[in-house]
Amino acid sequence: MTDPTSNTPEDGVDGTDGTDAPALPATERGAGTPNDTTFRASAHEAESSGHPDTPQSPPISRDQYLKVGPDGEPIGLSAETFEGHQELTRRSTTDPGELRREVGAVLRLPEGVVIDPANIDVEQSDDNTMIINMGPQHPSTHGVLRLMFELDGETVLRTKPVIGYLHTGMEKTAEELTYVQGSTNVTRMDYLSPLHNELVLSLAVEALLGIELPARADWIRMLMTELNRVSSHLMWMATNGMDLGSTSMMIYGFREREMVLAFFEKTTGLRMNHNFIRPGGTAADLPDGWEDDVTIICDTVLPRTDEYDELLTGQPLFRQRTESIGRLSAEEALALSLTGPILRSTGVPWDLRRSMPYLHYDQVDFDVIVGTYGDNFDRYSVRLNEIRESIRIIRQIVEKMPAGDYRVQDKKVTPPPRARIDESMEALIHHFKVFTEGFKVPEGEVYVAIESPRGELGCYLVSDGSSKPYRMHIRGPSFVNLQALPVMMRGGLLADAVSVCSSVDPVMGEVDR
Amino acid sequence: MGLEDLQHNFLTGRLEDLVKWARTYSMWPATFGLACCAIEMMSVGAADFDLARFGMEVFRASPRQADLMIVAGRVSQKMAPVLRQVYDQMMEPKWVLSMGVCASSGGMFNNYAIVQGVDQIVPVDVYAPGCPPTPETLMHAILTLHEKVRTNDIARRSDRWTPGDAGGPGRRSLANDEGGDTDDGRTHGDEETSGWTPDRPDAVHLGTPKRNPVIARSVGEPL
Amino acid sequence: MTGAAEATSVDPATSVDPVIPVTPVIPVTPVAPVEGPAGTAGLSDSGGGSSRSPGRPVQEIVFPTREQYLSVVQGYRDDGFEMCIDLCGVDYLTHFNRHLPDGVPPERFEVVVNLLSLSTARRVRLRVQLPESHLEVASIFDVYPGVEAMEREAFDMFGIIFAGHPDLTRILMPEDWEGHPLRKDYGVGRVPVQFKGAPGPR
Repeated sequence: MTDPTSNTPEDGVDGTDGTDAPALPATERGAGTPNDTTFRASAHEAESSGHPDTPQSPPISRDQYLKVGPDGEPIGLSAETFEGHQELTRRSTTDPGELRREVGAVLRLPEGVVIDPANIDVEQSDDNTMIINMGPQHPSTHGVLRLMFELDGETVLRTKPVIGYLHTGMEKTAEELTYVQGSTNVTRMDYLSPLHNELVLSLAVEALLGIELPARADWIRMLMTELNRVSSHLMWMATNGMDLGSTSMMIYGFREREMVLAFFEKTTGLRMNHNFIRPGGTAADLPDGWEDDVTIICDTVLPRTDEYDELLTGQPLFRQRTESIGRLSAEEALALSLTGPILRSTGVPWDLRRSMPYLHYDQVDFDVIVGTYGDNFDRYSVRLNEIRESIRIIRQIVEKMPAGDYRVQDKKVTPPPRARIDESMEALIHHFKVFTEGFKVPEGEVYVAIESPRGELGCYLVSDGSSKPYRMHIRGPSFVNLQALPVMMRGGLLADAVSVCSSVDPVMGEVDR
Repeated sequence: MGLEDLQHNFLTGRLEDLVKWARTYSMWPATFGLACCAIEMMSVGAADFDLARFGMEVFRASPRQADLMIVAGRVSQKMAPVLRQVYDQMMEPKWVLSMGVCASSGGMFNNYAIVQGVDQIVPVDVYAPGCPPTPETLMHAILTLHEKVRTNDIARRSDRWTPGDAGGPGRRSLANDEGGDTDDGRTHGDEETSGWTPDRPDAVHLGTPKRNPVIARSVGEPL
Repeated sequence: MTGAAEATSVDPATSVDPVIPVTPVIPVTPVAPVEGPAGTAGLSDSGGGSSRSPGRPVQEIVFPTREQYLSVVQGYRDDGFEMCIDLCGVDYLTHFNRHLPDGVPPERFEVVVNLLSLSTARRVRLRVQLPESHLEVASIFDVYPGVEAMEREAFDMFGIIFAGHPDLTRILMPEDWEGHPLRKDYGVGRVPVQFKGAPGPR
């Protein structure tokens, strides 16, 4: 057994014996070299041969692992992370069109203004600017987001986000899973608001199935997704505070979030990634005494948002760091297809719950929070007040929750109650068929969108009549919202880049899927 | 747990024990939160499940200053060299905790995009299963790693272990000095095995509700 | 274009945005707007006790050809569709004979564009058929700059070339990856797991 604390030099890497453990592959990033033993090569071999084999790499020696200079001395690690064309290129080698675009000047505004490169106010040459890299492993990038900056001193000229470090192939996986299993897959996309992902997939499937749910199922879904919005915004406030240096906000945000998560655990069985909202309704009914639990959550969180208001909004340091930082205009936001709190902070009152209501949002009373300047502070205040509005909605849901079934009683979609499996053979077969084969969905396509805490979360579902989706595409709001980063960061300081990125609230799970 | 836990007089004890003790109780994790498990890792460091009581609250952003890399989340093909690079930048001694099923084995994503287990890239000391592992699971994994560092020993069950016992006989703990049985009904003074079983680290069992020792003993056979 | 300005003047207190009359755009021949499958059309019209989605519009789908695509998109933009919500690709290799209106020959690949009009709360979908032999279509980046990342993803996952896109590189996969993962002839890449049986899709 290897002893991690021993200092005996051995072959291979860091005290591991190169012969027994699964060998560490060389991480040299050369494409097509004969000694290329990265996972991609083995994945390709596996894929092309038709029989995927466990990726095995030959044991590597120290030479393969360390880059060696001409004189034989090691000059560095061979774990390169150069991503080629996906990265920012030097100013001298970038063509003018792309340069214009990356300084944020090529947005086709409605008036059709075209920016002449001579009018770009910062004239620099390669010698005066510096390209630096932030991430993908960095505590402030909200996950594995890599940002490349071109800096003139401390001023950010160009930004290029490089994503894909969390690409999980979820859309491909979805084609292998049945509709019943689908929500386990989608729920892990936006992992801060997993119930929203499940909801959008379930709505899309139900639209194709053409079924109507009992009212209680919809109201339960509304309750759970609004609570999830509260927990997601609290999480955002926590991490945003932390990014700006307010560690106490981090602790406070998580403290409230734990209350919501405890309720989720009571209802769904899990703190995260619940797999609770399924096509046909929800997985289970709300537990007894849920009204008291939810009321306690509401009564606790609401006064604490006032505390956060005082802690952050009343603090001159916070205001200086967020006001006028990362400004965005409404035209730019619409041109970049931004949605959610970012769009609302620029003054456009677009909220799908109000403008294109789904579930029963037309029967509850709430305000759409709109900002004015589109800066970081507006996004913060939009999200803070959305917590309050969600609490308001939740209280109304508690009053209005109807009695009834928590899922549709349609034999094709819904498995039988567990108790009946012991009694009836037919129920057992039915249960078996639903959970192994899945139910078949009629052929067709649909696009359904809901308002997630990050923006418009959409699901484009194509069905070929079988029990598995033919194509499932999730329109992740963060994927699109990240396009605003170059525009927002231009001309700002590097320290502001962190807070701008944080205020966009990207969740890399749904960016990369 | 504290200095009295060392069986030797501090002045004449082994340096190695002191070093292991120090490494255990100030093990600083490197931030390597990737996906959903990162959120649970943050929860462990936050209010309700405080990680600071183990001396691990400071998540160092720079791998040069970190001892423990908690790989929290799914590792994609694009991220694999980055993971290796961060691991290489850490100074010896270093440990890796693979948090969640995606890091341990690829999890539910058995496809082209996800590395099927980070042990293909870095040597792993402790695996914490779960999707995501609850904060309690992660703490148990961290404490298991602590015990591993302190004793350099792997799970070894004694013959006398019953479900009611919280670990093996001869286990070093505070209760040893108090003498007699603790409320869990552990036996003491049994010097058959001086090893340690990692099933219930002290911090965990001392925090769990006390059981009636009679009932516990009557349930189940010794393993 | 007054679409954006109209949106900001809407009073959020009222639940219905004022409907601004829009001249319907039917610039393409030989297709006409098609409603979604029977299930969806029926669903949004249903009354009854659980009026789930009273505001969800019936799906409006348009099938421009490759040549008409850019001008159709431009036409929708001029008619008040301020935002391109989504652009994705679909590979119909194993479901070639899907439901298409008459006059639209099916091809292997499709580019699906969803547009949104904030002022009228309408959505429209465009589906462009692309054969594998000529997997290229105009980029609508000049019309909607927000599709930059979406077109890159479609290129990365399917290999669809968007002519005129400023930076058509891979976005999700590593730069030197070979193949386009979401195509139907690209395997999932499972490794065999104990007790899970033979390799390949479930």
